[in-house]
Amino acid sequence: RISNVLLCNVTDRVSFWFVVTDPKNVTTVPGREVEAAIRMSRSRINSAFLLSDKTLQFLKITSTLSPPVEPSTPVWLIVFGVVLCLIVAGIVFLIIAGIRQHKKKNKDSTERENLEEKGEASVTAENGIPCETLDLKAGHINGVFAADDERFTSL
Amino acid sequence: LSVPPETPKEDGRPKWDNKFQYILSCIGFAVGLGNVWRFPYLCQIHGGGAFLIPYFIALLFEGIPLLHLELALGQCLRKGSIGAWNTISPYLGGIGVGSWMVSLLISLYYNTILTWVMWYFINSFQEPLPWSVCPLNENRTGLNEECYESTSVNYFWYRKTLNITPDVTESGTLQWWLILCLAACWAIVYLCTIRGIETTGKAIYVTAIFPYLVLTIFLIHGLTLPGATDGLVYLFTPNLNTLKNPRVWLDAATQIFFSLSLAFGGLIAFSSYNPPKNDCEKDAVTVAVVNSVTSLYASIPVFSVLGFKATTGYWDCLDRNIINIINEFDLPEETIMRQNYTAWLSFLNSSYPEKIAGLKLKSCDLQEFLDQSVSGTGLAFIIFTQSIILMPGSQAWAILFFIMLFSLGLSSMFGMIEGVFTPLLELRIISKSIPKELLSGIICLMCFLIALCFTLGSGSYWIDIFDSYSGSLALLVIAFFEVIGVAYVYKVKRFSKDVKWMTGRKPNLYWQITWRFISPLLLLIVLVSFVTLQIQKAPSYAAWNPKYEGFPMKEEKVYPAWVLAICVLLAVLPCVFIPLVALFHLIKRMCRSKDPSFVPPEVFSCQEANS
Repeated sequence: RISNVLLCNVTDRVSFWFVVTDPKNVTTVPGREVEAAIRMSRSRINSAFLLSDKTLQFLKITSTLSPPVEPSTPVWLIVFGVVLCLIVAGIVFLIIAGIRQHKKKNKDSTERENLEEKGEASVTAENGIPCETLDLKAGHINGVFAADDERFTSL
Repeated sequence: LSVPPETPKEDGRPKWDNKFQYILSCIGFAVGLGNVWRFPYLCQIHGGGAFLIPYFIALLFEGIPLLHLELALGQCLRKGSIGAWNTISPYLGGIGVGSWMVSLLISLYYNTILTWVMWYFINSFQEPLPWSVCPLNENRTGLNEECYESTSVNYFWYRKTLNITPDVTESGTLQWWLILCLAACWAIVYLCTIRGIETTGKAIYVTAIFPYLVLTIFLIHGLTLPGATDGLVYLFTPNLNTLKNPRVWLDAATQIFFSLSLAFGGLIAFSSYNPPKNDCEKDAVTVAVVNSVTSLYASIPVFSVLGFKATTGYWDCLDRNIINIINEFDLPEETIMRQNYTAWLSFLNSSYPEKIAGLKLKSCDLQEFLDQSVSGTGLAFIIFTQSIILMPGSQAWAILFFIMLFSLGLSSMFGMIEGVFTPLLELRIISKSIPKELLSGIICLMCFLIALCFTLGSGSYWIDIFDSYSGSLALLVIAFFEVIGVAYVYKVKRFSKDVKWMTGRKPNLYWQITWRFISPLLLLIVLVSFVTLQIQKAPSYAAWNPKYEGFPMKEEKVYPAWVLAICVLLAVLPCVFIPLVALFHLIKRMCRSKDPSFVPPEVFSCQEANS
């Protein structure tokens, strides 16, 4: 029970000194080596005490960052590869679509030329102009003869 | 009896699918990276809300009239910038060539900025973000020294991205990762502009609308961050005393001018694909207002995030001091909190001044953190990336932010490439048999090859040079001659008649006065003040030099003579075409006037060209 625990010489902080002995000889490991080892494994020591750099302080040792993990293949190359593939696919698609459209336009115009070259007797003509070309050419609307409802007197 | 309208001439000119596409393209061209990283900075250093006064005055008397002028010009003449100015008067043809040259120079370096954005974007898919941790040095005993002395964010930007050299004369090597990203960026630009406005018209739906979505998301998130209100209050608190400084008015005028992307020739190209009977007056006002509102809208999330960053920095400073004090005085945890820090500090300072002095505490001041104002690439790649690390879910925020920057820049690139592309299509030098896809491919390939010099170690210094010299003076000069050319060579009366034919109503008194007097005068004042300010101080630059004593502060260096010569060349080259072409035509006319069979060309009119 808590009332059975008596405290004396209470300090504001839990603090202690420590030395590390070498198991092979009976000497202590020099302070500089201990400091270097603590710097390298700071995170392990913190987690052993369930504390952090802010709550566990080693005098004269400032806390440093743990070495970052570096992946084997840079992630950015993978993302870049994906992006580039999409772009190239888009360009190829648009160019092929453009070439196809160009070919279709050429085919239509050559067909029209062939029709004009062949015997015009086989082609229905009006005033010497084949009917197909009349449909294709942009005609001019003759304003005088356009069907204009206002010109006809209403019954 | 109604006479049916004449069928329009089938001139085979491409046209917009609908009006919305055209407006969106103009807005996308105008709204660019400057709306996000230059306008909030100007607001901050020029007295917060008070800056809006010169900004709106400049918009009213300089921005909107010039915008209306360019849109009406392109719509009436239905040609790109070179053809349009040749039609108005052959002596003014140099204006079109100057616009074309400026668009080319600027699109070269603008796409390199997009390259940096893309590099950060593809690096945002890692956990943890690569700019949040410092790498180890060679023997793995500690952190990399350059990174340790500055910050990990600075290190990633200056070393891992740019691999910057300490001096502009040291070119360094080509950075292969930047070359890859540059190739990808030009490939994207080619993909979108491959058939001119047929393809950009489709792409603009995404690139122009997406940034607004992301800005809204950042707005909502930014306002929930701690310290956001401090940042916003700091930004918008008006300080009317700054209006006495003429520098503020000059900055407002130049900001409006560059923000609306005037004098690039891109707006003329866009409106030349319109049907002739289109209300260009309403379009101009719409585009200008949307551009300014976007600037204001973007400054809110930017300053919320900056306020958050300042507050976090302030709290970190306080926490570090608190830990030092607690360790020194052996106090229990949580006796000193942020709220009672100042009270405790004054108490301890009066009781144990030597101990406190021995701790060498840094003074923490929130105002100081807020005062660290940056604009341009520093804002996006250093300050904002630092703030993103502090937010939970940083990868998502980083990805969103960089896609937004990329779309903003890409839609501006469309306008500039169109300003280069359309006049070339109309020149009789390029034979009709070259398909559009090949021409745009050639333009993109050549720009990519020239822009490779920006991927050198000294590339970012060169981009600063291009930004300051090719993108500023020439545009002001070209715009001044545009207004003078239309107002006094073509005559405002004739222009008003053309605009009336297109929109159905005569331009009212506001347009008459601004076109005739106010805009040319304002532009002349801005031009002269700009040149005087540039000449006053010797051009210098700030170099990132790890071996400098004051590192991580940047080292102030002066440009050597040959670099200065290039600066002057960049500024003067587009402007020099204006007098050259006029002189060329003058000489041609003097030779021709001796020829008796020469018939002077007819006077041009907008209506006759379109009937």
